[in-house]
Amino acid sequence: MSMHGARKDLLAGAVFVIFGLAFAITSSTYEVGSALRMGPGYFPLVLGSVLVLLGILIAVKGFVAGDTGELGPVPWKATVLIVAALLFFGFTVRGLGMVPSLLVAVFLTALAGRNARVIPSAVIAASLTALSILIFVIVLQLRLPYFGPWLG
Amino acid sequence: MELLNNLGLGFETAFTPINLLFAFIGVALGTAVGVLPGIGPTATIAMLLPITFGFEPVTSLIMLAGIYYGAQYGGSTTAILINLPGESSAAVTALDGHQMAKQGRAGPALATAALGSFFAGTVGTLALALFAEPISRAALLFGPAEYFSLVVLGLIASIALASGSVLKALAMIVLGLLLGTVGQDLYSGTPRFTFGMRELYSGLNFVSLAVGLFGVAEILRNLEGDITRSVMVQKVKNLWLTKDDFRRIRGPVLRGTGLGTALGVLPGAGHVLASFVSYSVEKRVSKRPEEFGRGAIEGVAAPESANNAAAQTQFVPLLTLGLPVSPIMALLLGAFIIQGIVPGPSVIDDEPELVWGLIASMWIGNFFLVLLNLPLIGLWVKMLTIPYRVLFPAIIAFASIGTYSIALNAFHVYAIAFFGILGYVLIKLGNEPAPLLLGFVLGPLLEEYLRRALIISDGDPSVFVTRPISLTLLILAAAAFAIAVLPSVRRKREVVFEEED
Repeated sequence: MSMHGARKDLLAGAVFVIFGLAFAITSSTYEVGSALRMGPGYFPLVLGSVLVLLGILIAVKGFVAGDTGELGPVPWKATVLIVAALLFFGFTVRGLGMVPSLLVAVFLTALAGRNARVIPSAVIAASLTALSILIFVIVLQLRLPYFGPWLG
Repeated sequence: MELLNNLGLGFETAFTPINLLFAFIGVALGTAVGVLPGIGPTATIAMLLPITFGFEPVTSLIMLAGIYYGAQYGGSTTAILINLPGESSAAVTALDGHQMAKQGRAGPALATAALGSFFAGTVGTLALALFAEPISRAALLFGPAEYFSLVVLGLIASIALASGSVLKALAMIVLGLLLGTVGQDLYSGTPRFTFGMRELYSGLNFVSLAVGLFGVAEILRNLEGDITRSVMVQKVKNLWLTKDDFRRIRGPVLRGTGLGTALGVLPGAGHVLASFVSYSVEKRVSKRPEEFGRGAIEGVAAPESANNAAAQTQFVPLLTLGLPVSPIMALLLGAFIIQGIVPGPSVIDDEPELVWGLIASMWIGNFFLVLLNLPLIGLWVKMLTIPYRVLFPAIIAFASIGTYSIALNAFHVYAIAFFGILGYVLIKLGNEPAPLLLGFVLGPLLEEYLRRALIISDGDPSVFVTRPISLTLLILAAAAFAIAVLPSVRRKREVVFEEED
């Protein structure tokens, strides 16, 4: 049994314990009430405690069994780029308008691919933006202005 | 002859030009995402949900349902041609289907899949039409206590049929239930877990959750390694079956259809289970079991029929009880709610056009699918040449626009990023995402029924075990849980799901 092998379950257990604690502690600040008149805090408090318990069980079981395999690689660059793309789109779509906002967001996303290069990514961004305009604005008639007030 | 009247009404609704058009669009899109590995029907339906808000409810559901069962057809094409299941239930089809393709019999394999699917889809739809009404009638007797127990049964049974650790699946359900409590409390109006953010008062957006969990997290998984698709796409020719082929697939198609129809109503991955079970049944009853895995046409016919029959009967619990048995059904439940319809036993009386129109559209959709998948097979094969580096930015682009357009609110887009990361971490640590989504959708119902049942009973918790239907449902839930943790069943489950990998 190696610590390394059990890491996956330990981490999974830890994630559940953290979420369970966060929900349980926060819900205890609401009115909990009784089984007859449950307050808004009752249901989440019970579930949060159950989740903490399950998290501990998963971690303990992982520690005892100990062979859950490697975590494997994590695509850090892709994660950062895709999150950045989503945040950029959300932050600018109103101000810049759909076209520039989507263009940049898709470009960032395309760069997340393995061995992605700048020019092909720009081509992908331009074509997907054009396709999105066709589908969402022209065919489906969503009211999304092409350009926003920040550019006016 | 009420059934005939109902079906008449259904076909009348489904045959309007707009509904025919959207049934066609739905199954065509479904075939496309079924064919393409790396994007599945769950993410697609989640992305397209927002744009169907403006549609008539029946049109919206006809299209979204079409994506789902269309994907079952498309998935088999990829499984047969490149040995990569485009959709999880097609994993078994790949075993013999791809062997047939290697022997130059890709055409008969594809034809078997399409014809078996069509037959099974038709039978499944008929079963749905037959059972919808009686089950709804029975369910009208349900009070909050029965509904509470029913939701518990649904959640527990979905674990029993999932792959992987029972504890982890349970934890994912509870996490989903907790995420479902975010927002204003139904009874007191107290905002819960909103941290002062007004956007959270109406709860976390479930489109963001589904897109993050099934779209973004999946993309991150795929970007971990190289996706190299060796698309050795030869010309598919000779699509017709010989007399001998027909004789060989008759039994498997019938048995697969029967199994699929029955297993489809089970919570969890009913259609995946159906295809696995029917494959092993065929292997057992066959006079030539050694041919299985080496290109036996029975090994394509049975699982393909089973998963398509199951894809239709999965709608039974949704349409009659308002209970989704899989993530996709949960999304469709969301589509109902967004359209202002509360799914449940009264829907069939209140919205007969909707229910019967949807059922009739499935038969029409299955017919379209045979046309799309046999004569036009070349088109879908070409789609396999779309590289992943174009596909995943498209998913992100469509997801962002779709989610933003729900309420022109950037918050929902940020939520995609949050759930994408959360989903990726959880999947990476060995958790299945499906139970979380089920928990999230069913959480508010569970809490509401629980609180209402207890208010009615004056706080007496024995109400859940003194009412006979509720007690029966809870006993079934306990049995399902016991079965899931029994060592012998656990081993069998592992064997079944290992073949999937």
